[in-house]
Amino acid sequence: MNTDYLSLSNAQLALAATLILINVGISVWLRLGLAQSLLVASARMLVQLILVGFILQSVFELKTPLPVVGIGLVMSALAGIAAVRRTGRRFVGVYRDSMITILGSAFVVTGAGVLGIVDVSPWYAPQYTIPLLGMVLGNILTGVSLALDRFMEGIARETDIIENDLALGATRWEAAHPLIRTSLRTGMIPTINAMMVMGVVSLPGMMTGQLLAGVAPADAARYQIVIMFMIAAATALGTLGVILLAFRRLFNDRHQLCAGLLHTSERGATKW
Amino acid sequence: MLSFSSVFSDFQDLPRAGHPPAVPDVLLKASGLSFRVESRILWQGFELTLRAGERLGVTGPSGSGKTLLLRTLAGLEPLQSGELVFDDRALSHWSMPAYRARVVYVPQRPAWREGTVEAALRAPFAFHARRKRGFPDGQVRELLRGTGRDETFLHQRTERLSGGEAQIVAVVRALLVAPSVLLLDEPTASLDSTTVRAIEDLIVHWVSASPDRAYIWTSHDRPQLERIADRLLTLEPAS
Repeated sequence: MNTDYLSLSNAQLALAATLILINVGISVWLRLGLAQSLLVASARMLVQLILVGFILQSVFELKTPLPVVGIGLVMSALAGIAAVRRTGRRFVGVYRDSMITILGSAFVVTGAGVLGIVDVSPWYAPQYTIPLLGMVLGNILTGVSLALDRFMEGIARETDIIENDLALGATRWEAAHPLIRTSLRTGMIPTINAMMVMGVVSLPGMMTGQLLAGVAPADAARYQIVIMFMIAAATALGTLGVILLAFRRLFNDRHQLCAGLLHTSERGATKW
Repeated sequence: MLSFSSVFSDFQDLPRAGHPPAVPDVLLKASGLSFRVESRILWQGFELTLRAGERLGVTGPSGSGKTLLLRTLAGLEPLQSGELVFDDRALSHWSMPAYRARVVYVPQRPAWREGTVEAALRAPFAFHARRKRGFPDGQVRELLRGTGRDETFLHQRTERLSGGEAQIVAVVRALLVAPSVLLLDEPTASLDSTTVRAIEDLIVHWVSASPDRAYIWTSHDRPQLERIADRLLTLEPAS
């Protein structure tokens, strides 16, 4: 493993934490109401990352594919659940649809990336597969939740418009098409925006990480390009998949809109 | 004289100048329809026959299921039981878009996508079920004239239409797509009396212009029903 990097001590972590504490102080002083969320989020981030650091240490030592695939499945399932929890509405089967599409698109694209592009050996090498899958999943999750939320909100708000089209002889696809388009665009906007400014306004996290670890900038850039293509492809696949599944549930094969199947989530959208 | 009947639905023949042709073809036939909303039975064993040339008025208090009846006949609601036959073919044997291209439902509160009135009128001609048919420009102007509007109305934004104007656009659009049966859900509810008469004339003229057309028109307005219907169905609220 490359050791050409500066290791960080606990004291250094504490020093970094003072940056947040200064902001918490400002928030309290100006009564901005941000202190609590900032502290909770910082504490969660700290605990989660330290834990994941320990877990990954043992995961990276795995020498058989089964546990790696198992971890991938759990990560995908959690992403599928989290994507739905960020939406304001639900329908029966939405969790299944979300998990199936996120799992499918993440595994297909990460699999293609690991086997076909990066050419990792052995194919399940956890040091590559787990971080790559994680990055892909994080982005699909955002895309799927945004697209799904837009689609369900659209169905609820535009029921009359959609049924007007159906009543005039539109197929369910024709009636839903404008909403499907908008939903897919909404889901893809963060990824497209990120690619637009990448390297110009911001250096992506993974590339920064590689640079800090001593990788040559040209190599780090190549890795980032591959990752971005994987993220964009997987997000596009995931959002399209989840919207098509939701479409088939909310429009039956008699070209009827079943808007009654939608209900608002009891607790509203949760942000985690 | 019209009156609410004590049974849950009732047909009445209304006096009418002139007579429809002798036993015209059945266009739309509903038999054994039942509809239940949660535990509430709205109707059971419902029968309805609509013949070519027929003008059926439907009335009944709010909650009696007038809108639901029209939506069911338009195929927008799943059939819970019973059968619908249109043009000698059961609904299950029709492709829904093809059926709805001929049996057109006009909702009480039409909703529009953003755009101009002209775009709204053209929209149904982009659907597969109607793709081969060109947009009838001449007929649009003629129909608009019938409602007291000129061509500038076509450039108006649908977001800015008043409730009454929206109903006019909905009726004009329904007539443009050349249906066989119109299902009109209180199509003149938000209109002033002059425009009400103009819309009534347009629709009555439409049905009499060809022998294979018919409509079902819901209304709370008794004098209107006497003007536009030759048969009346009264729906009673569910108990």
